[in-house]
Amino acid sequence: METMRERFVATASDLLDADPRLAVVLADISAEQFAPAAAKHPGRVINVGIREQLLIGVTGGLALAGLRPIAHTFPSFLVERPFEQVKLDLGHQDVGAVLVSSGASYDMASMGRTHQAPGDVALLDTLDGWTVHVPGHPDEAEALLRAAAAAQGRVYVRLSGESNREPQVVRPGRFAIVRQGSADAAGTVVAIGPLLDPTLEAVADLDVTVLYATTVRPFDAATLRLVARRTAKADVVLVEPYLAGTSDREVNEALPDVPHRVLGLGVGREELRRYGTPAEHAAAHGLDASALRRRIAAFLG
Amino acid sequence: MTNTMQTAPPPPTAPPPMTAYGYADLRRLMALMTGDEKHDVAATSTLDVLWVLYDRVLRVDPRAPEAPERDRFLLSKGHGPMAYYAVLAAKGFIDEDLLRGFGSFDSPLGHHPDRVLIPGVEIGSGSLGHGLGLAVGTALGLRLRGLDRPQVFTLLGDAELDEGSNHEAIAYAGAAGLDSLRAAVIDNASATHGWSGGIATRFEREGWTTRTVDGRDHDALEAAFADTRPGRPHAVIAVVEPKN
Repeated sequence: METMRERFVATASDLLDADPRLAVVLADISAEQFAPAAAKHPGRVINVGIREQLLIGVTGGLALAGLRPIAHTFPSFLVERPFEQVKLDLGHQDVGAVLVSSGASYDMASMGRTHQAPGDVALLDTLDGWTVHVPGHPDEAEALLRAAAAAQGRVYVRLSGESNREPQVVRPGRFAIVRQGSADAAGTVVAIGPLLDPTLEAVADLDVTVLYATTVRPFDAATLRLVARRTAKADVVLVEPYLAGTSDREVNEALPDVPHRVLGLGVGREELRRYGTPAEHAAAHGLDASALRRRIAAFLG
Repeated sequence: MTNTMQTAPPPPTAPPPMTAYGYADLRRLMALMTGDEKHDVAATSTLDVLWVLYDRVLRVDPRAPEAPERDRFLLSKGHGPMAYYAVLAAKGFIDEDLLRGFGSFDSPLGHHPDRVLIPGVEIGSGSLGHGLGLAVGTALGLRLRGLDRPQVFTLLGDAELDEGSNHEAIAYAGAAGLDSLRAAVIDNASATHGWSGGIATRFEREGWTTRTVDGRDHDALEAAFADTRPGRPHAVIAVVEPKN
């Protein structure tokens, strides 16, 4: 299957054809893949070289000049390394931009910590005004990229090498109710992006509501409140492909008047210092189907 | 904030229209702003360059602070902005009365400028090393929009050049031949470890043209800003009295 990153290159190239306000900004990564688009649209695919501070500075400047820039590299180099530029050159200047990462938490498992950024969403959470999309399939990635390009404001699209088998219909900003638990259900499980498949496998024989999120910021509190009212218990399990606990606060703010417990599953904070494959890292973080089954069942009781 | 927009204001083709204020008024205007005395020297170091830019070089108009064809001036050296605010007041972008509230809770005039609060201010600054990268993006964006006339000026300090982000911008701008880009560097010898070989060489090595001039000589500054070449960004190093 085509990867989300490949779909991003194809979609962005298509968008460059259609919308003269768009420009793509790179820091060497994916530059080769963008070469055809760069040739077709001189000046609109800007590769600044291995200069991540400039990547974001140029993105801010393009926005100040009236364009809609799409900046891209791995999340560690897009969000973490130039974080002050994200804070000041985008947020403080009050401009809109689209940041698209590929690599997620452990796609590049054998590369080690320097190329892994499970903390990216949590870091952006310290800033105001960010929409964050976490697609679970290349089709979803394309839909969310198109929505981001057409929107105003600051949008982060977090692409991943892991993918669900089938795409869901995406309504940007809204959780999908994949399964409604019975009135006696133990609670709600919110699966984010590529973790939908292992989550569904994990809860196949549990009486729970399952929500699917491809937009995590803003957090669709309204849908969570709606489904929480339908079940006996309002306990919530989050299954996030980035740092565990990232969205716990969002759940609490969605259910301030409803007694509930929260189990925030995701990537651990401790550096594993292991290589191998993404599947091995998922297992190590307890995010494969069997570990999810064990942890969710133990929590919901 | 005063912003007397008329219908269909003219696109800026020259420096701002004459106002009642001249260079001689700037000290008095600056004296209205108290509370940031730590940066008095930083403020006065920029005074003459700012005046020459706004009085003789920048094609901007306070009646149309958002005109697409305007020149862009980005104050990257954002601390001690009293000279900047004084010049903006003298040129009609802000009202003199605003200067008295400098730094107070409700004032739009902070000890570092905010582009969201002040008409005519292109970027918020205060953390050093951000203006040049933003300027590179602005220059690229204007070119993509087919706006070939506007020039993009950035004012920096010699100590500010310590920040590595500047050098990312300098190298890329030279490689890309961004000839709408103009950097003005105030050199008051405040960089802790200095610049061996001088500041101009940092730009020249990356393909910029440069001029190094007395930062208090208005005619020399005007000529230095004009001494550009097609296909190359341009830097003016304005030397003033050492900070210490």
